[in-house]
This record gives sequence, structure tokens and C-alpha cells, in this order.
Amino acid sequence: MKKEVRFEKMNEKELKNKLEKIKDKLTKIEQTSEKRIFLYCESENSHSVNKYLFEEVPLRFVIETGIDSVDYFEILYHYACDDTGWVVTLKTFIRDHEKPSIESIAPFLPGAEWTEREIHDELGIEFKGHPNMRRLILSDDWPEGVYPLRKEVPK
Amino acid sequence: MDWRIWSLKKSPWVFHVNAGACNNCDIEVVDLLTPKFDVERLGIKLVGSPRHADALLITGVGTAQTAKRVQEVYRQTPKPCVVICIGTCACDTGIFHSGYHVVGPIDKIIKEIDPNAIIAYVPGCPPKPEAMISGIVKALSAL
Amino acid sequence: MKKTVNLHKPVLAVGPFHPLQEEMEYFKLTVDGEIVTDIDVRISYNHRGMEGISETLQFDQVPYLVSRICGICSASHPLAYVQAVEEICGIKPPERALYVRTIINEMERLHSHILWAGLAGHFIGYDTVFMWAWKYREPILDLLEEITGNRNNYGNVRVGGCREDIQEELKPKILDEMDKLEKKIEMLTKAVLDDPILHMRLKGVGILSKEDGIRYAITGPTARGSGIDIDVRRDDPYAAYGELDWKVITAPEGDVFAKVVVRLLEVLESIKMIRQAVKKLPKGPITTEVKEIPPGEGCGRAEAPRGETFHYIRSDGGNRPVRHKMRAPSYVNVPSFKASCIGQHIADVTITLAAVDPCYSCTERLAVVDGHHNIVHDYDALLKMSRDKTARLKKELGLRELKMKDFEIE
Repeated sequence: MKKEVRFEKMNEKELKNKLEKIKDKLTKIEQTSEKRIFLYCESENSHSVNKYLFEEVPLRFVIETGIDSVDYFEILYHYACDDTGWVVTLKTFIRDHEKPSIESIAPFLPGAEWTEREIHDELGIEFKGHPNMRRLILSDDWPEGVYPLRKEVPK
Repeated sequence: MDWRIWSLKKSPWVFHVNAGACNNCDIEVVDLLTPKFDVERLGIKLVGSPRHADALLITGVGTAQTAKRVQEVYRQTPKPCVVICIGTCACDTGIFHSGYHVVGPIDKIIKEIDPNAIIAYVPGCPPKPEAMISGIVKALSAL
Repeated sequence: MKKTVNLHKPVLAVGPFHPLQEEMEYFKLTVDGEIVTDIDVRISYNHRGMEGISETLQFDQVPYLVSRICGICSASHPLAYVQAVEEICGIKPPERALYVRTIINEMERLHSHILWAGLAGHFIGYDTVFMWAWKYREPILDLLEEITGNRNNYGNVRVGGCREDIQEELKPKILDEMDKLEKKIEMLTKAVLDDPILHMRLKGVGILSKEDGIRYAITGPTARGSGIDIDVRRDDPYAAYGELDWKVITAPEGDVFAKVVVRLLEVLESIKMIRQAVKKLPKGPITTEVKEIPPGEGCGRAEAPRGETFHYIRSDGGNRPVRHKMRAPSYVNVPSFKASCIGQHIADVTITLAAVDPCYSCTERLAVVDGHHNIVHDYDALLKMSRDKTARLKKELGLRELKMKDFEIE
């Protein structure tokens, strides 16, 4: 099938160059397969890197994944580059396991509003600056402080 | 024969409740209305309010958020009525039994407020529309 | 005068469970007169804790779990999941498996879009279209049952390939059904494109601009009907899509009419794709053995009828996922309803929401809260308003509604 040529379409080399431009905010870049790349950064830089990926590159936002890795938390921001078919994932580390918090990206990306509310429900991570932080997926009578996806909560 | 039971058996009006279902059973319930199965010719009618219903078709596992609402709907339904659990999720939670947000299955939720409730089970994932019709008819003839 | 007070009412006081309502969501609209100024959504009724359950299952049991995320995308979710796991393993299923996956997924798209067309017709008062659409969905479900054993929830994908094969005897039957269906859908598409009532009723309604669409990260026909040219099947080809000849349908207007047209034309494209895939179906095995899943991370995507499904898997070399993230397309499409609904008349909210094609007809959970006069419009009232508007337009134009015989072919 012929892919139609669109003006301003990005190719793989350009995408890689654009990702290299924020190298100073990242701790690692890992290409796991032909079209999957993982960028690692610490939570302090997450907001500015996300803004760059969404607005400057630009990439399409897909979803955020929150993970409890026992000693720290991870938030993975998944983006899609539709011109090349790549998935670019920004892996952010929140080192404070007692009071995890990170800056919200919902103010410039309304599509992230629900997913951050969900991560808050499931893992108890605070999103600073979120415009509408309320319970999303847990029931009205679910007890406060019980975060179902944390590792210490028995399944 | 009690006139209420007689009118029940002649043309049952059913009310559909979704208690946390994936939508499959619900689409098959709506399928009953469509030309291939067309339950209205058998007298079975899907109504818009539990207050007019003789039978409740409940799908879904019974999540924490829906449990109280399902009980409320049951209270609003005039008795005698039959609760028909459609689908494996409603009968016995199926693959979701270990979910933290699942308080079902449906018979547990209903029996909490009415231990003598009449409950029928139509398993399947989703049950075929023919199985649902058969289940409704059997449940009502058990009255 | 703007009313900004929201009343908190329990779900049942606001509206009954409607028989055509399949899933339970709760939409609360705030109005200024008859124009919507704000909406709020309460989900949670369907939350079954899938991601938590997935961590307790083994890798080969998970497809059965994820196909029940949503009944009508039940082929796309397991496909995205197994693709993520296959990415971690670095394996590629055999050619025949890729084609079987493509055929099943496109047939799912067919019956999902036709189902949607019926529901959309119901919301604006074209009940003939509802009955007609659901009747002509049935042959596709019967075909799927012959191939996989079930009308929905096929359970046909596994890590490394497929479980059930398409028997040689079925191939002519599939091609025959596609021919019949194509004629009918072409008639419906023509009727929709030519109907002046539908033009008046749906054009300019519920416009979602391209900029808003990008900010809300929407996907699928909702995005393509707003001029956003994305489709996972073309952008990141999976299964056999890279080897078929087809095109992506887009429309720039962003209103409900554009989304109707996109979906109907996609049905015709799907029929073409199924024909090609059936004719090109290569011989060979339909699965490869996968002994174990090494540590790693994988991202799998599939284009479900509603948009992009995304699954992320993290494995540590054991036989269960460490973390499994599932994202259904409706999760990003439904919040965009805020952008398309604000400023609309309340008679148009049911059809605007339907244009998003939520993975449920959640318009039943739609209610208008008017803080000043305490009036509450429940779903039945909103549905009636929508259908009355159509009837009014019909009268103004002096035309009759499409009847069943309009769809019969000689």
C-alpha cells in the first residue's frame, strides 16, 4: 500500500534528532525495538520534557501508566508519532515513596486529566497543579488512603 | 390462579439493568428487540422503568459503585418479580472474581436486602439470545 | 443569566435505566437557558479492576480477560495485548495467523459501525434505520460464530498466533456475505448522504475542532471526522494491513454528519479489505510455540472500531505480567465531549455524544441540572427533544421519513 506523501511529515531521522535535543534533561535513551523508544528522566524534569514532546516535536499523547516499583514510583508517559509509527515513552522516576508527587501536565494537555486522576486513585500519587483532582474510577464509598495498585495491597 | 401471576405469565415486561458489564450481554439483550428475534411478538416487552417491570434482567458483575443502585432498583420493582441474572458475570462473577472493585455476584447483592428473592440464572459469555428468551420463559413459569 | 450551581442528585432520581442504554456512566450537564455550559462525567460503575486482575493471571490467560474489557471491541484488545507480548519476545506469528487476525478484526469493525448507525438513527428518531441496521448485523455475527465459535468474545488470539482457523469451505460464504452487505450499506450511505433532513439535523452540530481534538488526544473515527489523519493500521502496520490496498477516510468538518459519513465509508473499506484478505489467505500454520516471556517492556496497538487501543506490558521473566496498562479508545474520546457539547442546544446533546461512539450508549446517563429552577431533564426528555427536533425539520421541509422499503433492493 502506498503511503501518501504529506507536506511536513516527519521521518525517523528527524524524530531522533528532535529527541536528542532534550538529551540534557534525560538520564538515558533506550531503543527496545524498531519502533519503540524509551526516554528516562527524573520527576523534576518531567513537566518540561512532556511539554517539549507534546508541543515542539510534536507527538500525539496516548496515556500515562503509573507503576509501584516498591522503592520508588514510575510514571510512563506514552506518545505516538503517527508519521513514523513509533511509540515514544517517557519514563519518569519519583524517588519519594512516602509522599510521591509530580507536576501535572493536564493544564496544557487536557487529554491527560482523566489518566492522572486514575493514577491518583490507584497509586496515591499527587499531581501538583491538576485543574480537577477528584475521584475518578473508585466508588463513592471506597475508603480513603487505600490504593489498589500499590504492591503492599493484597490482591 | 392469582390474577397477578396470570397477568405476569401472559406478557412479561422486563427491565434491563447494567451492573458493571462489558456491554456484550447488554447488546444481546437489545438484540432481542430486533427483527431476527423480535421478542415483542411473544409478549415480552423491554420497559423504561423498574416500576412497570415484572422481571429484572441484570447483567454485569456488580461493582462497588453499582451495588447500592441495583438494590434500589430491586426495591422499586413491584413484587412479585423475578431477577434474571444474564451472563456468567452476573451468575458468578466469572473471570473477575478477584477484582478489588467487585462486590457481586448479583444474587449476593439482591439477597442482602431480600433473602427470599426469586432469582434465575442464564449463564454464557454472552448467552445467546435464544438462551435468554428460554431463561425468561422458564423463570416466569416457575412462579 | 448563568446558573453555576450544580445539584448533586443520586443517579436514580435523575433518570431510569433505559433499555437501550448499555453501560452506566453519569453525565451531568449545566445549562444557561437551553444551551449547555458545562458537563461533568462520573464513571466508576464499570470499573472492575482489570489491571489488578491481570497481574494475578498468567500471560496466556490474559487474552480472555482483556477481550471482556468491552464487548464490542472484544477482538481489538486481545490483539493489542498479544502484540505487546510478541514484541517483548521478539517473535512474529506465521503469515496465515496475521491474515486471520485481520479478517476477524475487520468483521468486528463492520458489525460495530453498523450497530452504531442503528443507535444514531434511534437517537434522532429514525427508528427504521435502527431496526434495519441491527437486522443486517446478524449475518456477520453468524459468520463470526462459524469461524470462532461465538458471536462476540471470540477468544481467537493467543501469543504467537491464532487459536481457530478459517476453514476453506467458509471462504466462499464470507465472500458471498460481503457482496450482499456491500449492496445494502451502499444504499444506506446514499440515503444518508442524500437526505436533506439529515443534512439539516446533523450538519454543524456538535463540532469538535481539530485543535481541540489534538489537545484531548482523541483517536479513531471521532478524530478522522475532525480532520485528524491518523489510523494505526496505516501508521504502525500490524497483522496483514501493510499488504492490503485500502485508504483512510477523513472529513474536515468535525460535526456529527462528518462522523456519520466517515463511519459508513469505513464500512465499505472494511468490506474491500476482508475480500482481499480472504482471497490472499496464505497456507501454513496459524500459530508458533512460545515457551517463555523474557524480561522487557512492550507496547501493542490496534485500531479498534472506536479508535486506538493501547496496551503496555512489563515482564520480569516470570509467567505473570508485572504491570499491564490498558487504554481503550473511549477513555480519550469521551472527555472530548466537553469540547463538542458546550455551546450546544440540549436537543442535540444525545446525538453529539453518540458521535463520539462511546464504548456504550452512555447517553442514557445524561441529565440536565438547572440550579435556578430545579428542573431536571432526564434521558427520556433529552431523547424526546432530539427526536422532536427532527420531526420539526421534516415538517418544515415537507418530507417523509425513510421507510423500510427504501432499503429493499430488487
